Amino acid sequence: MSDKDYLKDISTIKNLMNKSSRFISLSGLSGILAGIYALIGAALTYYLVTTYSYGTLTLDGWVFRYVFFILFMVAFLSVVTGIYLTTKKAKQNGESIWDGSSKRLLFNFLIPLVAGGLYILIILSQGRYGQTGGLMLIFYGLALVSASKYSIGDIKYLGFTEIILGLIASLYPGYGFWLWVIGFGIMHIIYGTYMHFKYDVK
Amino acid sequence: MSIITNINKVFDHRIRLGIMSVLMVNEYADFKTLKELLGATDGNLASHSKALEKAEYITVEKQFIDRKPNTRYSVTKLGQAEFKKHINALEKLIKKQ
Repeated sequence: MSDKDYLKDISTIKNLMNKSSRFISLSGLSGILAGIYALIGAALTYYLVTTYSYGTLTLDGWVFRYVFFILFMVAFLSVVTGIYLTTKKAKQNGESIWDGSSKRLLFNFLIPLVAGGLYILIILSQGRYGQTGGLMLIFYGLALVSASKYSIGDIKYLGFTEIILGLIASLYPGYGFWLWVIGFGIMHIIYGTYMHFKYDVK
Repeated sequence: MSIITNINKVFDHRIRLGIMSVLMVNEYADFKTLKELLGATDGNLASHSKALEKAEYITVEKQFIDRKPNTRYSVTKLGQAEFKKHINALEKLIKKQ
């Protein structure tokens, strides 16, 4: 065997290790769109809260219910867009959408996310909503870091960014809203664009 | 030429390297998954996995899932150690150039 063959061997090994353990068809475009949904949602919330609620939110008011609905819609649309675009990309890559690697990815992503979501609902029901923005950022960041082992490694850095933003938000709850806008809106657009040009456009 | 001795003849085939690579990072893999990942034919995969099994680098487990036969492969401790040695030897050979 010549040296070229050894090199080829190593790259085959690396390739197969990645392919068999990581789900790599995440779409960068879905990140960009999720960021845009988050920005639209945040703009609507800002408008509602400043116009009807004099800058404060109370749990029993109708404004809060609208804000909750907006938040839900942002999450829902992001997930639907993500699934749609990822399925499309997986088909192009000849990667199956529901196999061992995508199941592991989803499982590891959902553990911190579901735990965090329930925790946030619990403290909301106790009337402590000052930390919500920060907690959402922190748990979402943890979910990304935990999922990054089973997907494109770059989402780890988005995870770290979200965690740091979340910690800052819990230090300065007054800026929670703006940090949320940066974390879920702007960061998604930046990382989504980066991933789109690195992986999608070939 | 001590490096050459670490090049393991048992791994000297694309399909065998492939089987080992997949099993190193997965707890187990079944026949169909391996076949798809490696793009190998049934007979090809069967004969190469048998060779690895004979060397006791992998274990083969046959069972039934929903009454369909299912073959599961996983790597042994010996297989892991030997494969690591093999990769190190490959890398050293490349670096020497």
